[in-house]
Amino acid sequence: MGSFKLGGMTFGSLFKKPETVLYPVVTKTAPAGLKGHIVNDASLCILCGICQKTCPCHAIEVDKKARTWAIDPFRCVQCGSCARACPKACLAMEPTYTPVAAVQAVTVVEVPDPKAAAE
Amino acid sequence: MGKATVIPFGPQHPVLPEPLHLDLVVEDEKVIEAIPQIGFVHRGLEKLVETRDYNQFIYVAERICGICAMGHSLGYAETVESLMGVEVPKRAQYLRVIWHELSRIHSHLLWLGLAADAFGFESMFMHCWRLRERVLDIFEKTTGGRVILSVVKVGGVVRDIDDAQMAEVIATLDGIVDDYTKIMNTLLTDASVKNRTVDVGYISHDEALALSMVGPFARASAVGYDVRSFGRGAYGDLSDFQPITDDGGDCFARVKVRCLEVLQSIEIVKELAAKIPVGDIEVAVKGAPAAGAQASNVLEQPRGECYYYARGNGTKNLERMRMRTPTSQNLAGMTKALAGCDLADVNMIILTIDPCISCTER
Repeated sequence: MGSFKLGGMTFGSLFKKPETVLYPVVTKTAPAGLKGHIVNDASLCILCGICQKTCPCHAIEVDKKARTWAIDPFRCVQCGSCARACPKACLAMEPTYTPVAAVQAVTVVEVPDPKAAAE
Repeated sequence: MGKATVIPFGPQHPVLPEPLHLDLVVEDEKVIEAIPQIGFVHRGLEKLVETRDYNQFIYVAERICGICAMGHSLGYAETVESLMGVEVPKRAQYLRVIWHELSRIHSHLLWLGLAADAFGFESMFMHCWRLRERVLDIFEKTTGGRVILSVVKVGGVVRDIDDAQMAEVIATLDGIVDDYTKIMNTLLTDASVKNRTVDVGYISHDEALALSMVGPFARASAVGYDVRSFGRGAYGDLSDFQPITDDGGDCFARVKVRCLEVLQSIEIVKELAAKIPVGDIEVAVKGAPAAGAQASNVLEQPRGECYYYARGNGTKNLERMRMRTPTSQNLAGMTKALAGCDLADVNMIILTIDPCISCTER
C-alpha cells in the first residue's frame, strides 16, 4: 500500500526536471569553492617548504637544490592545509577534480630562480 | 523445539552497509542468541596521533567514518581546544553546529533509505536518497566537499557561509521539508511498514538504561538522553530543545524517532541561521598541549553520544587519543534486541539500530 501513498510524488516526478544529469554527455557545474586539486603558481613560490611540513599525508615534496615542488595527487586528500599555510599564497585549490590517470605519477613543478632571471 | 543451529550472518550481507558478523543461534525460526564479532575494518587510526600533529590529526579523525565525518572532526577539535584552553568565536560555533546538524539530516536520510530498501520499499529508498543528494549539494557549495568536509580546524572553522549562501541553504531545506513530510507520513502510517516493525526487537526503558544505550536507539525506549540538551556551543542559544523520545521500544519507535529528528535538525539549522552573529570564524592556536594535560568531551553524533579523550605530552603530537563511539555502546542492546526474534526480522532489527562499524573499529 505504501507505493500508492507515495504514488503522487512518484507520478509528479515524471513531469518535473530530472534530479540527475545525463552523464557523461552532461556534467554538473562545479561550485566555486569545490576542493578539486592543488595548483602551484611557480612564479610566486619561494620553496620555503611550509606546505611540506603542514601536509598531513606527506604528499608534497620540496627540493630547494633542484628547485622543484612536487605533489603526489594520489596521496593528497584535498584538505587545503597547504594552501592556507602558504606565506606567498602561491598554492590554491582549483575547483576541478584531478583527471583520471593510467599511471600513478607525481606532478612536478619547476620553480624558476629569480636571481638567474635577473642576470 | 528443534535442535539449535548456528547461522553465520555477515560480514558480507545485502542489508549491511558495513562488515558486522553475527553468529545467530537459532531453534527453528527463533533466534535464541546473537553473538557479534567485529574487527574487519580496523585501521589503527588512534595510533596515528603519534605521527601526526594535533592540527593534522583532524583530517584523520574525520576519516574514521564517512557518515559521521563532520561529527568526528568537530568532537576531536573541541577536545583539543579544551585541552589547550582555546575559546572558539561564536560565529564558528554556530557554523559548526549548522554543518553538524546538516550531517545528521544526511545520515538519517541515508539510513531511512537503507531501511526502506531492507523491507523492499524501493521507491521510498530512491526518494530518500534523492533528498539526501540536496543536502550533499549544500555541503559541496558551502564546504567544497560532499562527504569529507575538512571544514573544522582547531580554533574555529576554515570557511564562512555568507548571507547569500545561508539563504540558499534555508531555501534548499524548505524545499526538502514538503517531500520529506510526505515520505515520513507514508513510513509512519503504512500498514506494510508496521507489519515489519511494530513489536519487533523490543527493548524496555529499564533494559535500555541497564545496557547504557545511547542515541535514537535509547530514545526510542523513552530514555531522554541527548548530549545536545547540555546546551554547549551554539546549542545553548536554541530557544527550546527537547530530545525526541518514544516509549514504544520497538523497531517502529526507532524509525519514528529518527524520522522526527530530521525535522528537528532542519528547525535547528533554520533557527541558528537566523541568529548567527557576525564576527571572526577562527582564532590562532599556538603552542602545544602541556605534558600530562587531559581533556574529555562528548558529542551527539547521528547515532548517539560519542566520547572523546585526549592527553598531551608537551609536543605537537598527542600522547593519546581515544574515542568511544555510539555503536560500541549499542552492541549490547543489539544482541538483547535480537534474542528471541524471528530469523526474518534480524535484518530489520540490525538496521533500526543503525550500527556504524567503521566508527566502532577505527
